Amino acid sequence: MKKKSLTKSQNEKWLLRLYVAGQTPRAATAFNNLKVICEAQLKDNYNIEVIDILKNPQLARDHQIIAIPTLVRKLPLPVRNIIGDLSNVGRVLSGLDLEYYNESNSR
Amino acid sequence: MNKKNLQFQRKVLPKSPTSIHGLDEITGGGLPNGRPTLVCGGAGCGKTLFAMEFLVRGATKYNEPGVFISFEETEKELTANVASLGFDLDSLVKRKKIWLENIRVERSEIEQSGEYDLEGLFIRIHHAIESINAKRVVLDTIEILFSGLPNPHILRAELQRLLGWMKKKGITTIITAERGEGSLTRQGLEEYVSDCVILLDHRVNDQSSIRRLRIVKYRGSTHGTNEYPFLIDEDGFSVLPVTSLGLNYFTSDERISTGIPRLDTMLSGKGYFRGSTVLVSGTAGTGKTSIAAQFVVTACKRKERVLYFTFEESPGQLIRNMCSIGINLDPWVKKGLLQFHATRPTLYGLETHLTTSIKLINQFEPSVVILDPINAFVMGENQTEVKTMLLRLVDFLKMKRCTAFFTSLTSAGENMEISDVYISSLIDTWLLLRDIEIGGERNRGLYVLKSRGMAHSNQIREFKLTNNGIELLDVYVGPEGVLTGSARLSQETKDEAEQLLRQQEIGRKQFGLERKREAMEAQIVLLQSEFEAEESEALKVIGIEKARNERFIQDKAKMAKSRKGDIYIKTVGTKKNK
Repeated sequence: MKKKSLTKSQNEKWLLRLYVAGQTPRAATAFNNLKVICEAQLKDNYNIEVIDILKNPQLARDHQIIAIPTLVRKLPLPVRNIIGDLSNVGRVLSGLDLEYYNESNSR
Repeated sequence: MNKKNLQFQRKVLPKSPTSIHGLDEITGGGLPNGRPTLVCGGAGCGKTLFAMEFLVRGATKYNEPGVFISFEETEKELTANVASLGFDLDSLVKRKKIWLENIRVERSEIEQSGEYDLEGLFIRIHHAIESINAKRVVLDTIEILFSGLPNPHILRAELQRLLGWMKKKGITTIITAERGEGSLTRQGLEEYVSDCVILLDHRVNDQSSIRRLRIVKYRGSTHGTNEYPFLIDEDGFSVLPVTSLGLNYFTSDERISTGIPRLDTMLSGKGYFRGSTVLVSGTAGTGKTSIAAQFVVTACKRKERVLYFTFEESPGQLIRNMCSIGINLDPWVKKGLLQFHATRPTLYGLETHLTTSIKLINQFEPSVVILDPINAFVMGENQTEVKTMLLRLVDFLKMKRCTAFFTSLTSAGENMEISDVYISSLIDTWLLLRDIEIGGERNRGLYVLKSRGMAHSNQIREFKLTNNGIELLDVYVGPEGVLTGSARLSQETKDEAEQLLRQQEIGRKQFGLERKREAMEAQIVLLQSEFEAEESEALKVIGIEKARNERFIQDKAKMAKSRKGDIYIKTVGTKKNK
């Protein structure tokens, strides 16, 4: 069972959304941190969407965003939320379930 | 001077009226305009409702659109919950008067990595405010954030920034918070919101719940400091600032009839003062309610409205019972002049009774209000609270120029004056009904214990319930003391017999006198006629003598003439000389 879902998530392309509010230094830090992590863990198997809620506040309401920056893992399911500038790599990895992903990949 | 001061004060601290009944009176105009207000209290004490009413009233009455940010309930739930209070949120939202926004945070879904801020929340609030041009914002339980988001230090800093930002924007904000142990709020939000803090409380006393509101602080403004009872009902929130009203109400010189002519006479001929407080106290079955009913009918006949609070009898039973003494209340109920409101005193707490009463009075606008009986509220040792409640009610009624009529049941054997003394100071006219037991009979006596501002009678009257209403009779006061009932009747017949006897005696004496006068007058007539007879006789004799004398002189002259003597001349001469 577990293996099946894992293989599925392996093949699936990751969809990550990063919500920011304007071009702030913290937004830039978050984006860079995310980029580094994704490159290291997922190679090309991911997409990052950056949503600036300043430009589209209605999206913040629709997606229930309050903290900035917020990283949302839309795919694979289940949805995961990580808030902050993603400077703590360990937390990001555990938040995105990437530790497990890598373990199973390397096996 | 005073007015100037007020204007000056208003300039310094503008206020946003809440239009919540009573709250604007306590706060002197509403919540601080453009500043945050903290509303805290335990679960179920009405925080959300308070905030919602503030927004809805602002949107509908003052054209100040409002944003409701709910951290707990969804938009749909909110709309459904307040629909019962007559707030049509859907339509208000459509007309862009109200903006509802639910912010959902679930701890389990969120992981923190590094620094974050609440810019998202800021942007959402800003967006909401901009969309409807809002003047008022509610953050309904913002503390939820603390359980939803990690790192309370960041949160605190962010909340402080948020409040500062709102203040700068000049938005009147209500922040609700759960009450914490030993502090006003769980997260110590009162530290950030320093302008106005309102505490709501919901406690249970003697199995009945009481809601109270207190303004803990209000920077830059005077405010009522007491705990005020409040009520949540189908019209929303109402606070009772009754104790702040003071004693400066209008006083009327107008008198209104009691409905019992002789009682009017006892109250210096005219009855009660309009707007006064009347208490009728007495033991069971002395006719308190009957006096009230008589008063009701008279008021209704004057086309005045009467609100009758009954706490022991149902309206139907009361109407039936009053019919038996010839007082028919039913037509007045049908005409809409008389309204009954029957509740058990135990149904809810005193405050709720008070608030409902006041609401009903405001709706019906009666000129006479009857509470029958007031001591039904006294249970155990709550006399002081009952007094406070009645005081508030009396003040309110006086302000409304209503005549208040209370009945009070005193238990037999007790000293009646003492048992009601706790409300005595509130009462303007106090009638006392008591049983008088004489000769194996129990009769009712009535007297005026006090009546402010009129020369009332000091007499005890016998009080009778007849088929045609209430009748007051003089009691018999004689050497044998106060007599009532059949004792009075027998004494009265005895008195009547005696009086008859005395009258006969007088008659006889008068008759004798008359006879004497007649006799005397007859005698006078007799004497007069005797005198008249004698008089005419005497006059006759005098006439004859006079004639004879004349004759004698003439004869003498004739003789002298015939003798032709000088005597004639002499006589003539003497005559001439004479």
